[in-house]
Formats: sequence, structure tokens, C-alpha cells
Amino acid sequence: MATSSIDLRVHDARAETSLPRERLVVIGNGMASLRFLERLTEGCPDRYDVTCVGAEPRAAYNRVLLSSLLGGEVDEAACEFRDLDWYAAHGIRLITGAPVTEIDRANALVGVGETHVLPYDKLVLAVGSVPIRLSKPGIDLPGVITFRDLADVAAIRRAAVQHARAIVIGGGLLGLEAAVGLARLGVDTTLLHVMDRLMERQLDHHAAGLVKRAMEARGVKVILQADTARVEGDGRVERLVLADGTVLAADLVVMSVGVRPSVALAQAAGLSIGRGITVDDRMTTSDPGIFALGECAEHRGMIYGLVEPAYEHADTLARHLAGQPAEYRGTALSTSLKVSGLPVFSAGIVDTPDDAEAIVLSDPGAGLYRKLLVREDRLIGAVFVGDIAEQGACKGLIRSGDPIENVDDLMFGRTAPQPLAA
Amino acid sequence: MTQPVAAPTVRTTCPYCGVGCGVLATPDGQGGAAIAGDTEHPANFGRLCSKGSALGETLSLENRLLHPQVDGAQVSWDAALETVAEKLRAVAAEHGPDAIAFYLSGQLLTEDYYVANKLAKGFIGTPHVDTNSRLCMSSAVAAHRRAFGSDTVPGCYEDLDEADLIVLVGSNTAWCHPILFRRMADAKERRGTKFVVIDPRRTQTAQESDLFLGIRPGTDTALFSGLLVYLSDTGFRDRAFIDSHTAGLDTALDRARQIAPDVTAVAAATGVPEADIAAFYALFASTRRVVTAFSQGVNQSAQGTDKGNSIINCHLITGRIGETGMGPFSLTGQPNAMGGREVGGLANMLAAHMHFSPEEVDRVRRYWGAPRIVTGEGMKAVALFEAVSRGKIRALWVMGTNPLVSMPRADAIRESLAGLDLYVVSEAVADSDTAQGRARTTVLLPAQAWGEKDGTVTNSERRITRQRRFLASPGEARPDWAALAEVGRRLGHGRAFAFDSAAAIFREHAGLSAYENNGTRDFDLGALTDLSDAAYDAAPPVQWPLPKRSGFRGGQQGRARLFGDGRFYTFDRRARFVAVQPPGLAQAVSEAFPFVLNTGRVRDHWHTMTRTGKSQRLSAHRAVPFVEVHPEDAAAQGLTDGGLARVTTAHGEAELEVTVTDAVVPGSLFMPMHWGGAFASKARVGALVRGMPDPVSGQPELKATPASIASVAYRARGFLLSRRQVALPDGWWWARAAVTGGWGLQFATDASSRGVALMVRGLIQSAALPGCDLAEYADHARDRYRCAVYDGTRLVACLAYAPAEARPDWEAAKILFATEAPEAAERRALLSGRAATASAGPVVCACHGVGADVIASTIAGGAGSVEAVGAGCKAGTNCGSCIPEIRKMLAGQTACAA
Repeated sequence: MATSSIDLRVHDARAETSLPRERLVVIGNGMASLRFLERLTEGCPDRYDVTCVGAEPRAAYNRVLLSSLLGGEVDEAACEFRDLDWYAAHGIRLITGAPVTEIDRANALVGVGETHVLPYDKLVLAVGSVPIRLSKPGIDLPGVITFRDLADVAAIRRAAVQHARAIVIGGGLLGLEAAVGLARLGVDTTLLHVMDRLMERQLDHHAAGLVKRAMEARGVKVILQADTARVEGDGRVERLVLADGTVLAADLVVMSVGVRPSVALAQAAGLSIGRGITVDDRMTTSDPGIFALGECAEHRGMIYGLVEPAYEHADTLARHLAGQPAEYRGTALSTSLKVSGLPVFSAGIVDTPDDAEAIVLSDPGAGLYRKLLVREDRLIGAVFVGDIAEQGACKGLIRSGDPIENVDDLMFGRTAPQPLAA
Repeated sequence: MTQPVAAPTVRTTCPYCGVGCGVLATPDGQGGAAIAGDTEHPANFGRLCSKGSALGETLSLENRLLHPQVDGAQVSWDAALETVAEKLRAVAAEHGPDAIAFYLSGQLLTEDYYVANKLAKGFIGTPHVDTNSRLCMSSAVAAHRRAFGSDTVPGCYEDLDEADLIVLVGSNTAWCHPILFRRMADAKERRGTKFVVIDPRRTQTAQESDLFLGIRPGTDTALFSGLLVYLSDTGFRDRAFIDSHTAGLDTALDRARQIAPDVTAVAAATGVPEADIAAFYALFASTRRVVTAFSQGVNQSAQGTDKGNSIINCHLITGRIGETGMGPFSLTGQPNAMGGREVGGLANMLAAHMHFSPEEVDRVRRYWGAPRIVTGEGMKAVALFEAVSRGKIRALWVMGTNPLVSMPRADAIRESLAGLDLYVVSEAVADSDTAQGRARTTVLLPAQAWGEKDGTVTNSERRITRQRRFLASPGEARPDWAALAEVGRRLGHGRAFAFDSAAAIFREHAGLSAYENNGTRDFDLGALTDLSDAAYDAAPPVQWPLPKRSGFRGGQQGRARLFGDGRFYTFDRRARFVAVQPPGLAQAVSEAFPFVLNTGRVRDHWHTMTRTGKSQRLSAHRAVPFVEVHPEDAAAQGLTDGGLARVTTAHGEAELEVTVTDAVVPGSLFMPMHWGGAFASKARVGALVRGMPDPVSGQPELKATPASIASVAYRARGFLLSRRQVALPDGWWWARAAVTGGWGLQFATDASSRGVALMVRGLIQSAALPGCDLAEYADHARDRYRCAVYDGTRLVACLAYAPAEARPDWEAAKILFATEAPEAAERRALLSGRAATASAGPVVCACHGVGADVIASTIAGGAGSVEAVGAGCKAGTNCGSCIPEIRKMLAGQTACAA
């Protein structure tokens, strides 16, 4: 993981200014970090002297598009958000390719590599998460790759030559996207998932079945309840063995079994840690001058692996640091995403509890599924596959707990010109 | 001369009503045919009604009976006919030949009818030969015979073109004889002909009238007795005609005066305002060219014969008969009721308009060489079926009709069949209620259907037209005459039944009509007795009488009118006035049964739907059996429009959808006669009516049965569309209708949405609904369920279920079902019940498949007349039978806009 210090670049085109300002250092330059910078510079353009330090060798990019990039649907340029001029124009000093190695809270300093030290008045941790690697024999063989950043994409693309056989471990969103990306490259791709359905935290069996069908339609073989025992190969991955003895030939294994908040730096600095870096409703850590947001943060016991809550964190913190009232109360569990072109939405409770009624619309042939979970006229969960047009209304209702006005509108949309039922 | 049509187009006749329209059929070589009106046929001059236009949709072999069966097992014709012959012999030996009965049909061809009548009355020796024409126009026959001495329709269709006043009595002509109604409408257009409609229902015909008299059921004789008195008292007697050509006026007039002394008395009896009655009488009196056309409202009555005579009396007193543009005119309901009357296929006739005088019996015996000629009348339909239940009849042969739906007390008849030693059904379809009846021995004989059979029919104006074959017979179907003749031969009458063609039978039939006739009998086909096979095949339509020295080749078309010379067929050649009985229904309403149940037809269905039920166009107009209730009665009984109700009589019950309308008068109900067990769970009209027969004609009263009505609550309503027919569980209310691409069922049930969802899965697993992909929308908490079954992308079925008050509408789903493979938005619409595209609404114009919503939007778009609507959306431009509905919509929408 260590990035050589010669990659470190300082992009500093700020005009000199006479006013002494609070120094704000942001560690991490991912999507959450960028959103925070955008909101902060909108809310209080000149209040802080901002420095942002990113470990990756380039400015924040759209991680959501990685699988599209892998599949060759988009190029790297399409993944870019803001060019360096933007950072300059907004008075932000950006340091890339620079993993922060230390936080010295006593002296309010951040150590970057072995050469740079940044003093701060306020510090924001937006350090994201790290992909989990299974601890199985052979997992460190060359050819076993995680799928998290641009570098991973490059590595996978190098290995994904024509007729290569790839195995993706992990039936979560990222694993599905990696598998589809690989299949699109012409790679013989098998997806392994240890559970009995894909995306089990977001989808019920029916929706997961539709997603599986969509995966298969895109050329991905899916094996459920596939428990990886070990990876084997002579100096490089050659095959993967399942717990039930099944042997699968593989030239490439992509591991996408989840992420874990990056807490090492905060832990070393003595901040309060749970599964992530604990923050309050203003994204403040146990140190009132240090804040955390995004996937590294733990709020009210929750950690999030999705962009939407990270953006809410960013909005909250930007308002707070701009001196405006701000309070984050958590993000309702909802997911809306496209599994390689197939829209999927999930919010609230997924599996039908005994005290709730399910309203189900299902057309497997059309790749359409919608389930609304209703308890005492209130929406408590929704799972959509194929068409997620009414997701906004559903999210709102789940969040507010307001009674449902017209369940047909939620299920079928408002746009139908004339109802047929008399 | 008739121009030959290009092969392979075949000139034939429509198999539906008694108008007898000429049809051009062009087979497509795949079992179907393109259908067009024959511009040269004098009944219709090229026009066809919605039913006739849709004949091409009724030719499929689905539900056809294709092989003989004995007790449910397929057997050879040889075995089946041997069983029939052997059992007939046994019954005759044990119980006598008069334990054998035949029940025939106005839809048989004349040749089939002739052989059946000959076999029964001359060779088996049973007089018990009756026909469904007994239910149709036997009262008209009896009235004709009492007045004219013969069963003669005096006038012709041209009289409708030439009349200045047309009085329609008990006839919804606009729906039941649409092509004649078009001729009447043309006359109105051309010469200002006035229409007076007399009917307890404000029918579509009534809505087109200049004067509508909504009389109380059964009071027709009061109205016409009053008219007779009025004509007599106000100087409209034709003294010369009365004196020279009639008898019995004084008695008839005395009786009429007792029944209806003046307009006030008529108003009291009929419930019609005095002013309207006076207007009618004045109009009738002052119009010489008046045709009084009557139909089932007159005939299907326990006083039908008197009703007919009360009408004829008014034409006799004014001498308005036998001349252009005037006369009493019985509009028959069936394509060949007249042919049946001509051969004598009724229990009170012998043959060829001869009855049972010793001379007549002897003449027919000699002509036939009959060993066992019958000498007296047999039992008429109602009595005949009662004799079945009493065990008096042991063998029954039913041909081409569905008495288990159409006969009064049909439930009792169904049960009584079990007691028969032999039950033979000659049928084209396998699933009619009658074909599914069972006796000790049951034989089903596959008959040819329209398009396959070949012979002649006679229409309401005495016009004989060839009904020609244009399709090959499917399976083992045979002509009915061939089956009858073979049984005759097996019974040892080889020579008498050596027929080898329909032409040969027709020649013998024509020969009998002319045999020792010499002008004494109206029915005379003497000119046709030596018609060659080729001439028979090519024969153009002709009107009888056609005595010797006329004929097809001579260009003579027969006689358009009779009695113009004042010579009738009574012994003294004088017509008879008939003194009629005071009006009264056979059964009075009571506290338990406070309503009068009327029955009749809808526009687009025919009889028990065995043919029209196959056409999606014809099934779109009225898709479920219904009962019409006046708004006041509906409110009092807690009935809602579109809800379900149970109609109960002393004899049975039906469950029907309620139509709230002021077309019926308070205290009266109307239900259609069409829906049998193959098309609805419980809507057989025959099960409800008592059918008290007319003492003269034996025709049962079908239009005035005391009944009660109550709302029926089912938990849910819905529909199921499927490519193949699907049977629903017992206890469900349902009605089946053909839809484009398959079949539709509307249903009501007490099952829960969960239960229905399970049922659908069961149907898929049992392959009743073949398909692999089930798409569904389930909201069991609100008791809602919709599903669609796909085989790949092809939609094979879809179902909608909702609580009764939120009854799903199927119009949009039907459109999607017709598209076979719906697109994504349409698939969604099937499950949502919300439109993917605008629905056309219930079909109004069946010919062009134009729905009410399309017509409404055409009107809204500025079309202010029927013509403009037709130009805008084609509705009403073919058969025109929907024009009244369009006009009503025009009036309604214009009123709204005003």
C-alpha cells in the first residue's frame, strides 16, 4: 500500500492573502471528501485555509463508475469530477499520492509521508474504507485482486485477456458490477456468493432471483452458497476450490467481499473507535477539532458503504463548519443503483415481517419486481428491480412514517393517463 | 337473371334469423371464409347485419362434434346408427311407436326436415314430431290458419318498402331483424313512413319510433280489440271486402267491444296514456298502406294465437291485405321455421300444409307409400317434454336445437332425460347443454354446420333460397337427412329412403306439395317437381306458391302476395274474423314473485350462442348475461347497476348482472335468452320460465313469468382471458365470451385473492394454462390480485381480481391480449389495471369493432350526426344495427353540451 514519496505532488496555486484564517486539513480525497469541499466552499468561501491530502495519485474521481470503466463502457475521463483548476480557483491546496502517516493531536499536526507536516486548526478524516481480503490459503497468490480503485481496475484489465477465466468472489453490488465488467470484456466469468441469494442485505429472494437472471443474461455464471476453501496455483492463481470440493479453473480471482472502515490512523491518534471512527450528529469525533465523514465514520452505531449517506455527512459537516445549524440523524437504509444497467432500489425492511403486509408486483419475463411492505398503512420497506421510478416517494414515506395516500401510485406510478378500475 | 359469381365464391344464405339474407362466401382454403352480402338477393340486396357479417368468425372447429358417440365413447357411424335403429325397434315393440318422439329445429334445412317428418309420421308411425319453431312462431301459424284457412304469410318484404305506416308489435326489429329494419328506415327516409312500436320494453326499435306504446305485458289483445271497435265505429270498415270475402265479424266485434269498449278502457287495460292510444288509432285508421309486423312478443304467449288474430282482424275489417304496402306480417325468428312449416314438421301438421282430415291422411299415405301413416296430431313441445318426464316417451331424437337451454322448465327436462331408453342428439357442437344430456342410451351424431350443409331454406316472405356448401365436412360429420335416411333403411324401408342427394329429397317434397293440389292448398311447388340436379344447384331464390307452368327457368319468381283476390283457403274461401279471449297473463304475480320476467334477444347473439358465441366481435356487445331492472325497482330492491342479482321463479333461478334502465317498466324484468351452460354459470332462461302453452298453438308463454329478484353479494369480481377455455371452480359466478385471440371469462367469487393466486398456480401446474412465466400483482391485504401468464414473450392468459365494489374492467386488457406479445409498458398495464393506451370502451359497432369511447370522442370532436360519426370512425356504416345506440349517444352528448 505504501506509495513512494516521489509521487507526492502539491497543487497549490493560491493567491497570497493577508487575512489569517483557520487551517482546515482534509485527509482523503474520495467522493465524500470532494462533496464536502464543494459544500464548504459554497457555504463559506473564504473562511478556511484548506488543504486536502489524498493517497491516490489523482484528484477525486467517480468510484461508482469503476465497473463501467472495467467493462470499457466509459473511459477514465468520464470518471473525473473536478480538475485541478477547480481546486485552485476555490483556494484549496491539494496534495495527491500522499498517504497520511500520522496525526499528532498534541501539536495539531498531520504527517504526510516522511517529508511533509501540515499544521491544522481543524481536521477532517475522509479516509474511506479498505477492501476485505478473505483469509484463505493461497489468497495472496498473484492474480488475486481486490476491486476498489483505479489501480485495481488497471490490474484487472491487465489480467483479463481474451478467453481468460475469472472468478469474482462476493455477490454484493461491487462484486456483481465487477463480474459484469469482466464478462463484457469477453472474460469467462463466474460469480461466487456464500449466501443463498445475491445482495441479501438489500434484496429479498425474488428480487435477488431477478438480479441473478440479469447477471446470467449478461454472461455471468452465478454460484450461490459457494464457500471458498482455498486458492491454488504454481506461482500464480490457477484454480479455486470450494468447501464442497468443487474445483474451478481461474486465471484471475477478484475479491469483493466487502469493505471495512479505515480506522488505523484515527486509532493510532487515540480517537474513539467502534467499527468506524465514532462521530456525533455534527460529524465530530471524540476530539472536538477532528471530524470524520463517509465510509470511515460510525454514527449512532451505523457505518455506511454507500455514497448517499457519505454525501449527507459531507453536507452536514460543511454546514456545521460554516457555522450553520446542522444535525445528521442517520440515513434511512436505502439503496438505489444500477446493477450493470438493471435499476435496483431497496429501502427499509427487506424481508416481510409477520406483522406487515407485502404488496408485490412481479413480472420476471420483463425483469420487473416491486415489493412494498406496509404496516398499519405505513410504508416500512420497498424493493424495486427493473424500474425504480417511485423510489423517491418510497424513501420519503419510509423516512417520515406518514400514512400512504395511494398505494397504487407508489406501485404503478402517477403518470397513467386514466385508471381502468371502475 | 342472377349473374354467376367468380369461383370459388359461393352464393348461400345466412343461418340466423328469418329474414333469410343472401350471403356470398369465399372460402380461404384453410377452413375459413370471407363473408359478404349478396347484392342480388331480394331479401337484403347486399346488406348484412352484425351477426351475418361475423359469420366468418364462427367457422372454427373448436367445440365441434366430429365423430359419432354412444354413451360417451366414440364409435363408427355404422355402430351408432345400428344402435339407434335397434333401440327404436325395441321401444316401438315394447311401448308402441308413439313412445318415440322427434324434436326438430328451425335451423334444419328443408330437406332434413322433410326426411325426419316422413320417417316419423309415415314409417315409424309416431305423430310426436315437434320443433323449436313451437317456441318461435307457432302462434302465428295458428292465427294464420284460423283467419286464412292456411299458414300463409300474405305479404312480402317489398310491402315494408311501400308502407306509409309500420306497426311493430312485440318485435325488437332493430336488433332481431336488422336488415328488415334498415329497409323500414329507408322507407321512412324515402316516403316518410311512420313507425309505431308496441312493446312493454322501450327497445332500440322503440327509440326509433314515431309513437311508442309501452303496454303492460300481455295486453296486446286489448289494444287491438279497441282498434277493431274504433275502426268499426269511425267508418273505416271496408264493407265490400267484408261482405264478399270474410265471415264472423259480428261475433268478433261483440267480443272486442266487451274487452275494449273505448279508448279509456284500453288505456286502463294497457297502462298507455289515452292520448297515445287515440293517436295510434287515428293514424292506423287514416293510413291505407299499413303493415302490422309482429314477432315473439305476440307469439311467445299463452294467448299468442288470439293476439295474432286480434291484429289480423284489424287488417280484415279494413280490407288491408294482399295489396302492396299492407297486411299483417309475422317476422319469423329462425332461418327455416318456414321450411319446417312447409314440410309439416310440427305435431299439429301432417305434411306439405296438409293436416289430419281423412282425405289428407290418405293422400300423404299414398304419396309416401307409408305403412304406418299417423292419423292425428302429436304432442306439441311442452306436452312432448312433459311426456318424457312421465315416461310416456321412451325414445327422443333431438336435431339441431338446444332445448335444455331454451325450453321452459329446462332443469326438469334435463333431469327427465335419464328415464329415456334412447336419446339421440344430432348436433354440430359437442358442448351444448343438450349434447351433454344423458339417458340410458345416448347417441350423439355429428351434423354438418352452416357452410358444410347443402339444401334449401324459406324466409319470412315465403322465399326459398339455396343454402350451399362451401366448406368440406370436418371429421365424420354428415347431412342430417343422410343419418335419418340410413335409419329408415335399417328399419326396413329401403325404397322410401333411397335418397342420394338433397336435390332428390327436394323433388319429392315439391311433388308432395303439388300432389292432388289443384289450387286447394296455398303451398304448391309444382313447378319444381322435376328440377334437375344441376338446376337445383343453380336455383335462384323464389317465392311460393309456384304451381306447375312456372319455375326457375321460366324466370318466374313465384308470387309476392296472396289474398289480393280475396280468396282464402277456408272451405268457403272466406277469411275469418276471430273472437278473442280477454287478455290476461297465464300466471299472475304474487307476493313471493312480484315481478313479470320478460325474455328476449340481444343484438349480436343468436339462440344459445353455439355459433355467435365463437365470434369475438359479436361477444363484445354484451359479454355477460344480464337482467334489466327499472330504476325505481332497483332502488327498492337494493340493486346497483353492474352488480349481480338472483332472479328466482317457481321453477328455477339465474344469477345475472343488473342493468338499471328505464327501458323496462316498473314491475317488469328482462333477461336475454342466449346464455346456456357453456357460456354462463347460471343464466339459462329455460330454467326459469313456466311456459304455459297457448291453448290453440301450444306455444309456451316465455315472456311473462312471475319472478323475484334479489342482490347477490360475492366477495370479489374479476376476469380471466386465456387462449384456451379454462373451467372455473364450482360456486363461482361466470360468463364466457369469445375475445380476439381466445376466450374471456368474467367472474364473481367468494374466494380470497390469496386463494385465486393459488388457483392460478394450480392451473399453470395442471397445464390448463400452459406457460412458464407468471407475472403478478398481489395486494392480499386489500384483496387485490392480477396476473399474466407468458409462454416466452407470448401472453397466454391474464386475470384480474378485486373486491366486488372495485370490479376490474377488461376492455384494455382485451386489447393487450389481442396483441399476443405485449411490450413492457403493456405488460405493466396488465398488472396495474391502468391503461397503457386509451381504451376504446365497450364495443358498439360490432362490424367495425368501434367502441363507445371512440364514438364518444368522435362526437366530441364535432361529429353531429350518425353520418358524420360514420365518416369519422366507421361506426354504423355497415349493418347499421348500432345506429340507434349512436343516435342515443349523439342526443346524450349534445344535451350535455347544451
